Amino acid sequence: MNRGARLAEWVALYALSVVVAIALSSVIVEATGGDWWPVVEALVDGSILASGRWGETLGVAAPLLLVALGTVISAKAGLINIGQEGQLLVGAAFAVYFSFRIGGPGPLNVVVLLLFGALGGAVWASLAGLLRYWRGVPEVLSTLLLVFVAIQAVGYGLKWQWLLLADEASRGNRNLVSEQLAKDNRIPRPDIFGNEFPITVYVALALALAVAYVLARTVWGFRLRMLGHNPRAAQRSGVSSTTYGATALAIGGAFAGLAGAAMFAGGGFSFGNYRLVPGFSDNIGWTGLLVALMARERALPAVVAAFVFAMLRTGAGFVNSTGVESRITDVVQGLLVLALLVPPAVIFLRDRRRARAAATERV
Amino acid sequence: MTDATTGMTGAGGSDPSAPAVQLTGITKRFGGIVACDQVDLTLHRGRVHGILGENGAGKSTLMKVLIGLVLPDAGSILIDGQPQTIHDPLAAAALGIGMVHQHFSLVDQLSVWENVALGEAGKLDSSGVRRRVAAISEQYGLDIDPDARVGTLTAGLRQRVEIIKCLRRDPHILVFDEPTSVLTPEESEQLFSTLREVVAAEGRAVVLVSHKLDEVLHATDEITIMRQGRVVDHRPTQEADARSLARAMVGREVSLRSERAAFGIADVEETADIEEAVIVEETGDADPERQPPADTAISDEPVLRIEGVSVRGRGGARLLDDISLDLRAGEIVGVAGVEGNGQRTLGDLLSSLVPLDAGRVVVNNASVPANSPGAMAKAGVAVIPEDRHDSGVVLDMTVAENLLMVDPHRVARHGVMDKGKATEMAQEMIEEFDIGCSGPDAPLWSLSGGNQQRVVLARELAAEPDVLVAAQPTRGLDVGAIEYMTDRLRQTAADGVAVLLISSELEEILELADRIVVMSRGRIVGELTHESANLETLGLLMGGSEG
Repeated sequence: MNRGARLAEWVALYALSVVVAIALSSVIVEATGGDWWPVVEALVDGSILASGRWGETLGVAAPLLLVALGTVISAKAGLINIGQEGQLLVGAAFAVYFSFRIGGPGPLNVVVLLLFGALGGAVWASLAGLLRYWRGVPEVLSTLLLVFVAIQAVGYGLKWQWLLLADEASRGNRNLVSEQLAKDNRIPRPDIFGNEFPITVYVALALALAVAYVLARTVWGFRLRMLGHNPRAAQRSGVSSTTYGATALAIGGAFAGLAGAAMFAGGGFSFGNYRLVPGFSDNIGWTGLLVALMARERALPAVVAAFVFAMLRTGAGFVNSTGVESRITDVVQGLLVLALLVPPAVIFLRDRRRARAAATERV
Repeated sequence: MTDATTGMTGAGGSDPSAPAVQLTGITKRFGGIVACDQVDLTLHRGRVHGILGENGAGKSTLMKVLIGLVLPDAGSILIDGQPQTIHDPLAAAALGIGMVHQHFSLVDQLSVWENVALGEAGKLDSSGVRRRVAAISEQYGLDIDPDARVGTLTAGLRQRVEIIKCLRRDPHILVFDEPTSVLTPEESEQLFSTLREVVAAEGRAVVLVSHKLDEVLHATDEITIMRQGRVVDHRPTQEADARSLARAMVGREVSLRSERAAFGIADVEETADIEEAVIVEETGDADPERQPPADTAISDEPVLRIEGVSVRGRGGARLLDDISLDLRAGEIVGVAGVEGNGQRTLGDLLSSLVPLDAGRVVVNNASVPANSPGAMAKAGVAVIPEDRHDSGVVLDMTVAENLLMVDPHRVARHGVMDKGKATEMAQEMIEEFDIGCSGPDAPLWSLSGGNQQRVVLARELAAEPDVLVAAQPTRGLDVGAIEYMTDRLRQTAADGVAVLLISSELEEILELADRIVVMSRGRIVGELTHESANLETLGLLMGGSEG
């Protein structure tokens, strides 16, 4: 099949599934006594049209993209890392610890803070790597379960002042909260056409290009893909599944951790206002996983997918103000997420069937 | 199901003097291949009937016809003198036909009695099943603990479970398909005494399918020998000996190709030359075409030395058992043997895919660690694996990428691959090896099997190896592709590469190899020179008889 036909097929599939999702949503909204059109309007206004909103959406898209890029790298090695939510949270905690217990003021600190975040995510993912390659624990289980360990661990850190908890003067009457990041330690948010977003958006975009390049063009990326497709052929060709696999998991975690640090230092409407609080990760890790899924584990399509999922998130904020019950708007959001994931799944299944048919026919 | 019912009622009116099973003119085609060609087989009550033949001789297909897994294209089946159509295994079971399969169908996590009860309808009666397991194991000397977990049992004990499963249905026709392939000699002995007991005491008809000469001679009353889908011989066991059986199994009606190989005639079309060549052979003169690599100076110093190598599989089975083998530059060494006797493990070992339990592998006087990623390839051991989809290619990558798998650094600078250079290099190899594909960027799965094999060959030879391991290199290829592969292997040896040809095709080995070793049960059981090897001696060794 040529490129044009393939593209047309994608567009048609997406159009169809989104229309179906909106139709279903409308029925549900109407049936529960709401009006469906304002809901659609609110989604578009909230994500793009209203003043300052597309900047907000970009600000959400950046960590989603970072998480997705890490997922892409692990997936290329044939590993199923689904613990980004925890890796992100630990990354944020590392960044917070550095900011208030080690670092000082100044712009260089912002860079080191981000690196600490990446380190935190890498450490957390490497626990799963260690279990996988030392004891044979499936990474799909360990990464998932480590999310819940991460939540508890960060919660514990927020109870102790020598770890993450802010001093009394700074936290006022709040518990379980870190200090607020000083203004000169924050990621700059320049204003562009009335929209402001942290410059980590550019960093995320650059990293997307870098990941795509590394995977497609470098020897390392080539060998990583070989490992993912056929571990035995890879072993025979000199690719150590332990070294490459553990590295891929660590890098995957580093991207999630970087996303956590960027959320902490970059601000944004729901990202804790430069403080680490319980629930700080706010499903960005889980959603980033969906972004990678929608992009079918490829770096450049993840850019688009991240933006679309960010739109859903920022748009949902406006939907909540239409008077439609929040439970219903959750359902609407869920339907739209499903609509975004159905086309890749359909195409994946069909391609695989074709490839298998071709393979068996030609043996 | 209707057939099964008629079978049940028909059994009442059956003629007790009729043979238990009479198969007449059974023919089964798979595509263009005739798996069974006009096969007749008669099984008598109270007798063990051996069916002997090489891999692919049609033994398994015939048995599948009997137990209803395969419907024959032609032929008739009489059970106890009554004509039957066996549509599925349930119908076969209703007719009293049971089979102990070569590959176990047991659930490791369940206990012995639970496995026996599997597939039973109705309420689970645990104590009843346990009692029956105990009764059967006592009756036939199949000692086993009904509460043992199957996953913890040895292969021999697992097979007992299979046999108990089969006997519990009280079949009067029992089929054992290659039952000793996973057993130790002692376990085999035990099995055969059970076989005798079942038959002698209870008048059941037993079929023993095997490719092992000694066990067929030892355990049966009569023998049917199959070759290329046909019955080539049938005789009472006391009139048979290993030598004549081996000849019948592998060689009486040798194919054109093997005849050519045996006589060393390069071009069969020139019929006028055949007699001449035969005469030359008989007078003992060497035919110049006969020993192709011999004149290309085989060095004395071994390039590859396999020293006392043992590999154990999961559960402790000896996949390779104290193997020693030297390979010199320029020679082709054939590894013959019935499949499943360790050849695959040998290939995997030389692909860095299995760890060693004892011994070492030495390439160019340097010991190469086993199971270390890429170590063998780096040391100069190229491999055309037995199953290219397993470790030879990546189906989801492009032709160019597959050509670069082992050594991507060839087209890389500072770790970055040069796409143009890679395409150019791939294009050259596609032309040199005449790989049929739409271009370097075609996904590998879009290629035919023969062309995928050429991709493997091209890549492995491009690495300029010192040793080339070719495992079943022509399997599944068409005639043209086989010719091509054969010529390439010969050329490779002539270029000074040590070639290890692992193959279950005797003709291929006889045609190409300077030296032949025979593997059986993970051991090297014999070594022959090109000159002293013939189908008969090879067949004897492969069948596990002392040559």
